[in-house]
Amino acid sequence: MRNSDAGKGDVLLEMRGLRIEGQSEDQWNEIVHGVDVTLRRGEVLGLIGESGAGKSTIGIASMGFARPGCRITGGTILFDGMDLRAASDEQLRKLRGSRIAYVAQSAAAAFNPAHKLIDQYTEAPVQHGVKPKAEAEREAMELYRRLRLPDPESIGFRYPHQVSGGQLQRAMTAMAMACHPDLIIFDEPTTALDVTTQIEVLAAIKDVVEEFNTAAIYITHDLAVVAQMADRIMVLRYGDLIEEGNARGMLADPKETYTRQLLAVRSYRKEEAPPDESPVPLLEVRNVTASYGGQVIVLDDVSVKVGRGRTVAVVGESGSGKSTLARVITGLLPPSEGSVLFNGEELPASYKNRNRDQLRHAQMIYQMPDTALNPRQRIRDVIGRPLGFYLGLKGAEREKRTRELLQMIEMDPDEFIDRLPGELSGGQKQRICIARALAAEPELIICDEVTSALDQLVAEEILKLLQRLQDELGVTYLFITHDLATVRAISDEVVVMLEGKVVEQGGKADIFTPPHDPYTDLLLSSVPEMDPDWLDDLLADRAARKARGEKVMESADQ
Amino acid sequence: MERFWKLLKSAPPTAIFGLLVIALYVFVALFAPVLAPYGESEIVGPEFLPRGEEGFILGTDNLGRDMLTRLIYGARNTIGIAFVTTCLAFLIGGVFGLVATTLGGWVDQLLGRMVDVLMAIPTLIFALLILTITGTSIPVLIVVIAVLDSTRVFRLARAVSMNIVVLDFVEAARLRGEGTWWIITREILPNSLPPLVAEFGLRFCFVFLFISALSFLGLGIKPPLADWASMVRDMRTLISFADPTPLLPAGAIALLTVGVNFVVDWFLHKTSGIRDEK
Repeated sequence: MRNSDAGKGDVLLEMRGLRIEGQSEDQWNEIVHGVDVTLRRGEVLGLIGESGAGKSTIGIASMGFARPGCRITGGTILFDGMDLRAASDEQLRKLRGSRIAYVAQSAAAAFNPAHKLIDQYTEAPVQHGVKPKAEAEREAMELYRRLRLPDPESIGFRYPHQVSGGQLQRAMTAMAMACHPDLIIFDEPTTALDVTTQIEVLAAIKDVVEEFNTAAIYITHDLAVVAQMADRIMVLRYGDLIEEGNARGMLADPKETYTRQLLAVRSYRKEEAPPDESPVPLLEVRNVTASYGGQVIVLDDVSVKVGRGRTVAVVGESGSGKSTLARVITGLLPPSEGSVLFNGEELPASYKNRNRDQLRHAQMIYQMPDTALNPRQRIRDVIGRPLGFYLGLKGAEREKRTRELLQMIEMDPDEFIDRLPGELSGGQKQRICIARALAAEPELIICDEVTSALDQLVAEEILKLLQRLQDELGVTYLFITHDLATVRAISDEVVVMLEGKVVEQGGKADIFTPPHDPYTDLLLSSVPEMDPDWLDDLLADRAARKARGEKVMESADQ
Repeated sequence: MERFWKLLKSAPPTAIFGLLVIALYVFVALFAPVLAPYGESEIVGPEFLPRGEEGFILGTDNLGRDMLTRLIYGARNTIGIAFVTTCLAFLIGGVFGLVATTLGGWVDQLLGRMVDVLMAIPTLIFALLILTITGTSIPVLIVVIAVLDSTRVFRLARAVSMNIVVLDFVEAARLRGEGTWWIITREILPNSLPPLVAEFGLRFCFVFLFISALSFLGLGIKPPLADWASMVRDMRTLISFADPTPLLPAGAIALLTVGVNFVVDWFLHKTSGIRDEK
């Protein structure tokens, strides 16, 4: 290894007064305002912040690179004594891949689907003339083994679509390690993964980085994840450095208000709603089995009851069938067996056969507010349409009610009523979606991952808003989510799903206190905590329990 | 209005040139009777007078009609008919394309296969065949070309709206209980408009050229109506005598086609957000 003799301590990367501008329309706006970053050999630096904080831009700048539409306008970037801003393209090309490597958020998009994993692994070392192909392949298998990929000898000969998302992310980490770089930039490498998969990737990355004494910049929006990985953390906001410090120190004693807010973000808890006294639940899903095209069964004999005024969270990982459940309830996917009862009355299987009142009573809020709002309709029409369509409101009456609804979601009617969705932030768009659902005066609102596309602080505001609306209006929520922090915050009852089946269901307190079903246990224990020792402790604990012969699931597909 | 000027100022020179050409053509077409010195099919002098003689700026044609007058009226007829045809083609193709995606299933299959059949037959030969059978009246000409051209519009409208129909806001409208017509006109159409508008410009050019080709073959716009392509045909013998007069109507066709293409290019650039890499 090239730098085995260089211990921790020497400065590897130094960026001073870094300024970066981004282009919007035809104007250049500064998006990073003079940030200093120092990174020593073997050190892992966590860059944390919400979207628009400039963390990815800074990460990429450490390779001397600016994305299309961005340009570096000020400051110096010294990598191992070399000025990257003054370096020629040729020099930079030699550096990238061999001494600095980059791991992207979506490995699926970063791999070339037409080549085998191992061929993509060997490309960089062979191109840079570091080592011959045969040797690189041997090393690849060794790294695959170290990253705990199954069948390290043969997995490299598969194509990217033949391995799972978590495996692909690890293969990408292996690829980044191919030339034993001095610095790796991890740009949200686990954000797109399920929690149970995230653990494996985090543990693998941590091991390999320590083993090779590689310096790393770890970019994420999730403070709990960065707590496991980083030696030092920089908190960024709107292109400014808010706080910087040793990871343990900062987590134990944050200095700035913003850091404290980020730390406190998962602490919101609702008060439990009163139980539904009536004998008939508002919504009952009875023994539903559903499949797409009759081939793959996505829901297998699922039964769920939702009481009036309560919040029932359906939790599960991707592929668990939780979104399909929502499609069955709304009538988009008629089930092959079983039925959906609303107020004790069986709903027609397809939404096309439901009458206007049946449609009105169950509204839906979507994951991506960007695609849930028609970009060509003004807010007035977005909220006004259900008012006119369901309640027959017209003219001044409709305008008045639209304004009331905007006030209910804490948006100023005068300012927002004439805007197009493109002129709103993500959180504001989601509020409009909530208002659109409320306009129909529904009894049930199905929330499909409503907070997962939002920044954490914004997401928390949305959760609080939903809770306030429930308290005021008594509306019932069916909350579909993969995020256990959300479940903890907002649910009264929890339904845990795995591979189309309900694994466990019950009150929130029951689900969150042991003993659990093995899968629930896996899911719960996989949610990162702010404690920097959490990951090591968890892995040690799982190993110990396994050694004692207990049944421990380590991934969802076991 | 202010935004319009600002937009115009940001336009590249090619687009401004295209806009000017289009504006000029539209102006000439609208005010043809005022601008033209003589009547459309009035015989005013001897045949094949060279340019500039006896006060005929562009000379006279094979029957002794004023070339300039014919050229001016030609703008009216050729552009007018091409425009109406393109509109009709978009109405047919657009509506069916959007209906196909919104309803999906067998409707989509049926319409798609019908279009496949129409597209399998070479357009020019198909048009020639039908026009020879039915005779070349202008309404027939318009309908035949519009139907033939609507197949391409159908394909585009279907492809564009395919990407929109799967978005959540369309699903939300369906779940609200909205009818098909609302979903097509309010949810899908406004969002598929930019590529369709660009296609309108291009299709207009193709229709225009197609009509010209038919006219040149004698099955398009019938005499005595002035029409650029027939003018090229009538005057084509002059080419052998090194007289460039037949190139005038041909040039008029070419200029408009280029102008429209420039504007469409700019429009596509604006709406698709493509930037030139430096």
